[in-house]
This record gives sequence, C-alpha cells and structure tokens, in this order.
Amino acid sequence: MSLSLKEVLDVAALARIGIGEAEARAVQAELNKIFELIGRMQKVDTEGVEPMTHAQGLALRLRSDAVTESDQRELFQSIAPQTEAGLYLVPRVIE
Amino acid sequence: MLNASLKELSASLAAKKASSVELTRLFLGRIAKLNGVLNAFITVDEEKSLAQARAADELIAKGAAQPLTGIPVAHKDIFVARDWLTTCGSKILSNFVGPYDAHLVGRFNEAGAVLIGKTNMDEFAMGSSSESSFYGPVKNPWNADCVPGGSSGGSAAAIAARMAPAATGTDTGGSIRQPAALSGVSGLKPTYGLVSRYGMIAFASSLDQAGPFAKSAEDLALLLNVMAGFDPRDSTSIEREREDYARDLDRPLAGLRVGVPNEHFGEGLAADVGAAVEAALGKLEKLGAKRVPIELPNSSLSVAAYYVIAPAEASSNLSRFDGARYGYRAKNYSDLADMYRKTRAEGFGAEVRRRILIGTYVLSHGYYDAYYLKAQKIRRLIANDFADAFKRCDLVIGPTSPTVAFKIGAKTSDPVQMYLNDIYTIPANLAGLPAASIPCGFGAGGLPVGLHLVGNYFSEAKILNVAHRYQRETDWHLRQPTGLAS
Repeated sequence: MSLSLKEVLDVAALARIGIGEAEARAVQAELNKIFELIGRMQKVDTEGVEPMTHAQGLALRLRSDAVTESDQRELFQSIAPQTEAGLYLVPRVIE
Repeated sequence: MLNASLKELSASLAAKKASSVELTRLFLGRIAKLNGVLNAFITVDEEKSLAQARAADELIAKGAAQPLTGIPVAHKDIFVARDWLTTCGSKILSNFVGPYDAHLVGRFNEAGAVLIGKTNMDEFAMGSSSESSFYGPVKNPWNADCVPGGSSGGSAAAIAARMAPAATGTDTGGSIRQPAALSGVSGLKPTYGLVSRYGMIAFASSLDQAGPFAKSAEDLALLLNVMAGFDPRDSTSIEREREDYARDLDRPLAGLRVGVPNEHFGEGLAADVGAAVEAALGKLEKLGAKRVPIELPNSSLSVAAYYVIAPAEASSNLSRFDGARYGYRAKNYSDLADMYRKTRAEGFGAEVRRRILIGTYVLSHGYYDAYYLKAQKIRRLIANDFADAFKRCDLVIGPTSPTVAFKIGAKTSDPVQMYLNDIYTIPANLAGLPAASIPCGFGAGGLPVGLHLVGNYFSEAKILNVAHRYQRETDWHLRQPTGLAS
C-alpha cells in the first residue's frame, strides 16, 4: 500500500500539525517506507488470535468517587502560556 | 569514588569517609568537565543538588540513612521533577518546570538520594540514538563520533563516563537496554507495571516502563528496590508484595537453563557482536548453565507490530501538547485551530511528527482492523512464543543490539534502518517481560557489546542473579572509556 499526498495532508490535518506541501511530499516518501515495513504483518494468518491489549491482561482498577487532589490552580497556571482571572486564554472560538 | 559501587559509596558515607556534599560535588565536577563534549545532561542545578546532599548528610548523622541516602542519581528528562525543568528532549516542553514529582522521583527523594541532573534523550523517547533531542545529540563516551544509543542515551553516557553512579531511564522498545549495550553499562527494564508511570511523560502507555542504569547488576538491584512498588495513581501499576531484588544475587547458576533463540543469531547480526555474545554464553555454561536452543518464530514481526502500536498510542498521548495550558506556544496564529497546528508543527521535531502521523493514520476510520487490531494479534503471537520458550528455559539470552554503536548521522536519514536497531529488544516490550543488558565484550572500534537477558514475568531477581554471577567472573562491566578526562 502507499499513501497519497492527499492522505498525508488529511492525516496531518487530523493530527493538528501544520504541514506545507513540500514537507508533505518528503514525509509521504518516509511514511511509505515505514508502511512497507509495517506491511509485513499482513502476510501472517491471525485468524482466531485474541488481540493483546495489555501485558498483564488485568482489568483496570476502579477507585472510589472521592476528592483526592487539592486545588493547585495557581501553581499549574504559573506555567501556562496565557491566563487571565484564573482562566486559560486561547484565541476566541465563539463570536 | 568515581568507580565505586553503590554499596561501597553507601559504606563510605556511613563510615564518614565522605559526605554526600563531597560526593555530589565530585560528580557535579565531573559533569562540568565532560558535559561540553558528551551533552549527556540537559539540566544541572548545583544548588538544588547540594541542598539535597546537605539534607542527606543530616540523615546520615542522625543514623537515619537508607541504602541510597546521599547517593547522586541522574533522572532521564522524561520524569517530571518539582521545580526542575522537564523537557522530554522537546522544544514543546522547553519552558516546562515540573509542578510535581513523578512517582519514581518521589521514591528516590524519600530514599534520601540526591538528584544530580536531568539527562538528555531522544525527543519524547522516540529514537534509538539520542540524536533527535531538541538539545542536540548525546555523544558516546567510548567514541564521541558515535551515538550512545537511545532513547535514554544521556543516562547511559552519564554512567559510562562516571558523571553519575546511578541513573534512571524508560524503555518502550529498547530505550534502556540498547543504550546500555552501546555505551557499555548495565540497564534493566522491569516487568510492565512494576514501576509506576505517574509523572513519566507518556509515549506508548501499554509498553512504557521505567528502569535503572548502573555499572553493575548489583547496583541495579539496589536501585530497583527503591523504584518498584504499587502506586494507585498509575492505572496499570501492579499490586504485589514488595521483594528484595538483591536477595538472589549470589545464587549459583548450576542447572540454569539458558534459552538461545535461533532467530536472534541470523541475518543482520554483526559478526563482532555475535562473537562476544557466543563467548558470554560459553562463560555461562562454564558457570553451570545449560544451553537450550529455542525458537521465537514471530519475533521478526515485532518491529512491524511495534511501529503500529507505539505510534498509535503516541498520537493519542501527544494530543495533550497543544500550547493551551503549558509548554511552548507558537508566536503568531490566526485562530485556535491555527494555534494548535503551528504550535505542534514548531514544537515537535521531525521524528515525533512522523510518528504522530503514522499513529493518526492507523487509528483513522477504516484502517483500525488492518493495522491496530492486526498488530495486537501479532503481539499475542509474540507473547505466546515467549510463554512456550519459558516452558523449556529460565532465561532467554542473546545480543541486545545487532551492531555496536554507529556514527552520529549514519541512520538519521533512514527511519526504517534506525527502527531495526531494536529488533531484539522490542519483543520483550510487546510481551511485557523483564529484560536487562549487561556488557559482555567489545567489537569493532573497541566499542562495547551488550548481552540481552529476558526473563519470565517478575523474574527480575533471577535476571540480576545471572547478570551478577557473570559479572563476578568477568570485568567487562568495570572497563572504562579511555580518552576522557580522569
């Protein structure tokens, strides 16, 4: 299989990574080499094999629905790019 | 002191032959002298380290010391540490000062260890050469024209060059073991879930595992004793009784069944590496081990499955870096979507962008079954291969990496060639098994060769036992790079 230039641009849009057409062409060639490597999987018969999602096969633990963290807004916002009145600022989304 | 084991350092501190402040200054001096050449550390903060050392000296004076109290430890810059710059080797976290401590960092702090600095690494731990760091490549102490391996290359180089007596790393596809091999030090990736991932910046969550670097297996055991343990803040942390990983170090090897996988000695293995590994297997036989030929028939598929699973999980994990709440934000943008696109395009390096794109693609509509699900089935086949092998042997032993360290720049233009460095290490990550790499000789150019030891789940003490018995009989792990300032 190989990715078209349009597919590379579409995937970059989904991943929210700005990419120009020239870079997309370079990336396209690299990705196609990588997908050639990945493609080796397809030759293997995996009919009836149970997918393995996790090394230990354990069910995830549940915790009680209780407050365990203290309010650290000031600390966390001290490293934010832009804040105002305790809020994270980003460009206006809704006019 | 630079070459002392952790036990010896601890004894010196206890006997007041040295203070933690003196020890810390010694290693800080070593870093100051060598980091300009090796680039193993991203951040060093003398004042913070010395404050911890003074606190450790007080504990020692009070008789309240634990085994690692006062010992300097370097942490890979993937572990968030409170008030320390934590970059993960990336521009996107170039201004990120940790607001809390990772579980592992907290454990070392509680043990009274001294954080001596944050080590350089491939950006977001994606790489096998430590060249993709935003902060420049790490150099191999054995030959500064070569890579130290990756992604935890800074930690491996720091141990090799005696810039720290102990260090931490993470291993998603080989990122502790491969740099340990290429830099001539000892490194251990524990069983998945043994060390908490809390505060360890996520790459591929079903594979990521933290572990120690040191000069010897005995030191690794002492470090793992501090690192391992249940943490409710990590949903895949394993609840089990604490154990002493040093308890079996001296157990004789008579009767040990060493599984040797045919698949790891075939095409692609450099002759110099193969010869050193063969000699090591011979040594283990002399120590009473029995060699058992085994097969891992699906291991050749591990790299393919890994390059679906790891990027898929990475594309999800790295979606949090958007310039909104922390880290780098692009300077000029028109709207929110543009802010995301520019922040991520400018903040991530080429390899990270590439893996996010692969991951986004394989998870996108219509491709899930063909890629992610298929890879998870292959993952099962690989884990089954090990389960079969461990019916017939106690450890699987072979080469850690197909070649010795390669030249800086030699593989950066060909991602697939770079990925194949991890062909022997990735299977243990996919299966979630513990594995170590220890020095077992030298190959072309006088560069170190690593011996790879894979055990069954929770067999860390057994792996360290075999490694320690081997190190009692050999001195490869005591060799030091020449040509560095002594």
